Order: sequence, then structure tokens, then C-alpha cells
Amino acid sequence: MTSTVVTLCDPRTFCKPVSPTRIVSIPELVCPAGNLPSLKTAVDNGADWVYMGFKDETNARNFAGLNFDAASAGEGLRYAHAAGAKMLLAINTFPQGQAAPRWQRAIDGAADLGIDAVILADAGLMRYAAERHPRLRLHLSVQTSATNYEAINFYHERFGISRAVLPRVLSLAQVADVVKNTPVPIEVFGFGSLCVMVEGRCALSSYVTGESPNTRGVCSPAKAVRWEKHGETLDARLNGILIDRFAAGENAGYPTLCKGRFNVEDETYYAIEEPSSLNAMALLPELANIGIAAIKIEGRQRSPAYVAAVTRIWRAAIDAHARNPARFAVQADWANGLARVAEGQQHTLGAYHRKWK
Amino acid sequence: MKLSLGPVLYYWMREALMDFYAGIADSGVDIVYLGEVVCSRRHNLRLDDWLGLARDLSAGGKQVVLSSQALIESESDLKALRRIAANGDFTVEANEMGAVRLLTGRVPFVAGPHLNIYNNETLAWFAELGATRYVLPLELSRDTLRELQAQRPEGMQTEVFAYGRMPLAFSARCFTARHHDLPKDDCQFRCLDDADGLALQTREHTPFLTLNGIQTQSALVYDLSDSIEELRSLGVDVARISPQSTNMLAIIESFRERCAGRPGASLDGLRVAPPCNGYWYGVPGMEYRAPA
Repeated sequence: MTSTVVTLCDPRTFCKPVSPTRIVSIPELVCPAGNLPSLKTAVDNGADWVYMGFKDETNARNFAGLNFDAASAGEGLRYAHAAGAKMLLAINTFPQGQAAPRWQRAIDGAADLGIDAVILADAGLMRYAAERHPRLRLHLSVQTSATNYEAINFYHERFGISRAVLPRVLSLAQVADVVKNTPVPIEVFGFGSLCVMVEGRCALSSYVTGESPNTRGVCSPAKAVRWEKHGETLDARLNGILIDRFAAGENAGYPTLCKGRFNVEDETYYAIEEPSSLNAMALLPELANIGIAAIKIEGRQRSPAYVAAVTRIWRAAIDAHARNPARFAVQADWANGLARVAEGQQHTLGAYHRKWK
Repeated sequence: MKLSLGPVLYYWMREALMDFYAGIADSGVDIVYLGEVVCSRRHNLRLDDWLGLARDLSAGGKQVVLSSQALIESESDLKALRRIAANGDFTVEANEMGAVRLLTGRVPFVAGPHLNIYNNETLAWFAELGATRYVLPLELSRDTLRELQAQRPEGMQTEVFAYGRMPLAFSARCFTARHHDLPKDDCQFRCLDDADGLALQTREHTPFLTLNGIQTQSALVYDLSDSIEELRSLGVDVARISPQSTNMLAIIESFRERCAGRPGASLDGLRVAPPCNGYWYGVPGMEYRAPA
């Protein structure tokens, strides 16, 4: 198969022929739900899928005041299904030592509730889910760090995964190469806070604070953050480590440890990454062309207002593209709306754009 | 307990690598991991060179393992990976799941430190796939290791990263090229300038991290040399020393002595940076607990 003539398309999604030899997939929109109000607003604004987590360390947004218990998950599921949307449960951290039974109970809970799919990162848990709940649909979490089709196809052969979420490290050409070489529908990140590191392969947070995405479902946890005012300057520390120092009038962002300013050979700069958000909306035609099955919005830790704005704008964009792919252009009010809610008020195409690397 | 030498994580000149391994051939390590794990652009040694080195070290009595690249992004990365997996002579350390697919059902392999084997169920699965040794993920503690050891599958050896700057993260972005304001595709191999990586400090000059191309390491040196007895009592089979550009033979000798139950020479003055060992104790990795 050549990438220029025919593209793969998830048979479960609607495919629209645009010429006799060419089809363009309409990616599904996968939106974050940190709580029930966010879930409802995501569904109301046109999410095809909403993803959520339980209130514990089984998910990678294990933040105080966030996430669902069985009752709110059940209510969310009914709400989503009534509107024709589907619900995903993220169980995307790694149980340690002999702790897997707690994570297994989360998988059982998802199956009992009738949740449409679970997003898993740990291979032992995938095997458990595939054996105990063969009807439960499995999505490969971005935390699995599966960046190539050999890895994705392996999970497919072993556990029958129905979808894989790609780490935010591949260029568009590399994403296309993965899609061409796997039967597994591929989901990519379209918008939200940007991990500059390969997801599932970053222990920077535990190096500084003792807790990481893999072990505790957190990065640069709030309890380790300390703000110190010295005259006009404001220091942001993470377990004592100075992540950034803000002068008067500078916008002081959350001290995510890879997004601070550091010294390298006497130069002070954002040595790892600027505090910016991913926004791949301009690439929507390319993503659809290469047969991306779904586009994921990051941000379970963000407000319902964020979820509403981002879902509404991406829904409009995906629909506009589906109606007339050739005429698609990012509209100014979409761009402005997304810019208002972006972290650091700055956008990047991330690794999709070769130069970012 | 055996001693292994991990792959050289930095980019050194060909002569420097050859000299380094000439020294290693006569050193006290039992196992030598070879190959380029970090960046596909680094080419001072090609696979055939690594294989030649592997044969020499093997003839000298070392057990040699070829380490695969930790981040596979492109078709050419996969092509190189397939050649390593099919080398036919040497065991391979798989550092991501693509390599695991290529090795499963064909040959026994080592499950490397980046495969996220955090629990017993996952370890059991890797044993079924053909892994005969696994490397504990760096951020796991001795308490977790104890749980893993209690239900370790038969025939599975355990290796623990015991010395060196820790590889903490990988990215598509090259931070060394970024520092020099160069695109990754035209990086001019500036990482050759930094034999032990490029130091990143906080704005108050605290050593924090080390930039090594697409890899980010700790600034501090993980050092379990004072915990060798504990590693042994936990049934650890192999302690891994990660290469640095200086003092390597003295460090290996000190570990060798400690493995034999003797008080090895102090590593103070031999490390490239102060020590840390927090992960071992289940606290932030950058912390250090002095021996009691």
C-alpha cells in the first residue's frame, strides 16, 4: 500500500470517499474528564470519547480533588452513552512489586460498569485484562512508550489491543509509517500540555520528588512545590530544587521540572522545553490523510471551562474538515480560543514538526 | 554476584572507545554490554565494529551482550535493530518492545532497564517471552526489589544498576544540539565534546541534570557500592556499572573487592560527581544516605 493513494481507516469510524481512489478518515475526538462536570461538558460539546480515571494511583493524573469513584463513573457512563459517546478508563500507571491486585480491581471495576475500553500501560495488567475480561476493549496507553510498529504489533498479537496512543516524539512522516505498518488504529495527541520526554520513560520527577508518572501517576507534584518571594523576584522550587526564578512582571508558571530555566555552560535558558502547549490543529488534514483513528486532547487536570472550549473548537474543526477537506483552514476564532486556554500561552507543533527536535 | 559494565551512554571518538574497551578486557567485570543505546546518528562504531569488539572481548573470557537502542523512531532504526536481533552470536539486551518482538520465540534475551518491569506479573510475562535476565528499572527501591525477588520466575536473573549517572529520560529532541542552537539533523556531533555529558545546573548553580543528546541523566552518580552486601542478600545476580570517561578500572576494582566481601577502596575522588542513592531507599533519587 502506498501512503499517497489509499489510507487506512478504522473500520469502526466513518470514512468519507473524497475521490475514487482516496478515502480520508474522520478522526474521533477523545477528550479529558477530570470529574463529572468536565465529562458532561465534553460530551455536550461533541466528544466522541471521554477518558477518566479512578480516585487513586492507578491513573496518571492522581491529583487531589480529581477523578471518579464507582458512583460518579456510573453516572458519567450513562450520560455519555445517552448522548452516543463512549467512555474510557485510564489505568495507566505501573503497579510495583506485588501491588498489581489493586490495579486489577480497577480493571474488574471497568468491566463491571460496562466502560467501553480501558487504557493500559503495564503488560502484566494487559494480560490480566485480556484473560479475565476478553470482551473488554484495550487501548495501549502512551505510557507504554510504543513508538514503532514492531512494538505496537507485538501488543496486538499478544493482547488484541484495539488502539494505540503514540508518544509525542514522532514526526508526521514517522506517524504515517507506523499507521501504514500496523492493523491497530492509531490515536495521537492533538492539543494540551506537552511532555517533551517519551512518555513512560521519564523518571525526572521521582529523581527530584520521589514520585513519578510511572510510580504514582504524578509529575512534579504540587505538594513538593514551594514559592519563595525575595524582593521583586519569585522562586519556584520543587523539593528544594530551583526550577525557575521570575522577575517582576514575568508570568510565573507552574514549576513542571522540565519546563524551567537552567544554566548550561553559563547560559540561562529553557534548556529542555519552553512552557508551551501542543497544538496540532493545523496538521488536521495531514493527520486525517494518513489515517489517524483518533485525536486526543490532554488535560484531565484542567477546568471544565478548558474542556468545554477545547472540545467545542476541535469538534468544529474536525467537522469542517470532514465536510470539505480541500478547503480546510484553521479559523482565527478557533486559534484564539485555543490560545486563551493553552499552558504558557504558547503553541508548538511539537515533534510532528521535524525542526522541534 | 557478577559485575557487568553497561553500554557507554556517551559519544566518544573511535580511538577513545577502543582504548576504553582494551582496558575493560583486562578488568574485573564479567559481563560487557556493547552498542549504541542513545542516538542513531552516532556512528564512530558501526554494528560490524561492535561485533568485532564483542568477539575480542568474548575470546578474552567476557560474556558479551549487545544493547539495543532505547528509542526507535524510524524505519532505519528498525533496520539496524533487526540486524542486532538477528546477529546469531551474542545475546541482546532489549531496551524497548520492538526489540522484544524481534527476539521473542527466537533466542533468550536480556530485558533492559527501560522496559518498565515494575511488578511480578510483568516479570513473569517476560520470562515466558524468553528473557533470562532483567534489569530493575532505576526508580524502583530495594523494598520493591525484595517483592520481585520473592516471586521471581525460575531461570530469571536479576541485574541492578549500581553505579553511574542515571539515564532518567529520553526525548525525540536532542538537548545537546538545542544547547548549541543546531537542528538535530545537523547536530555536528557536538556531544563528542562532552565525554561525561553536558552539565545542567539550576540558576543557583546546583548540579541538577546531565544532557546527553536525547537522553537526560542525573547530575549525581548513583552509587550502591556501600550496599553490595545487601544486593547479594537479596539474591541479585549482577551489579551494573555504567561507564564514565575516567577512573573506570579503579572503580571496577573497588566493586570487585566489595563483591568478594572485602572493603574496596573508597570511590570518593573517583566519581565524576557526588553520589546519590535515594531510589534504593524509596526516597527522591537525588538524595544520598551515607553508610551507617
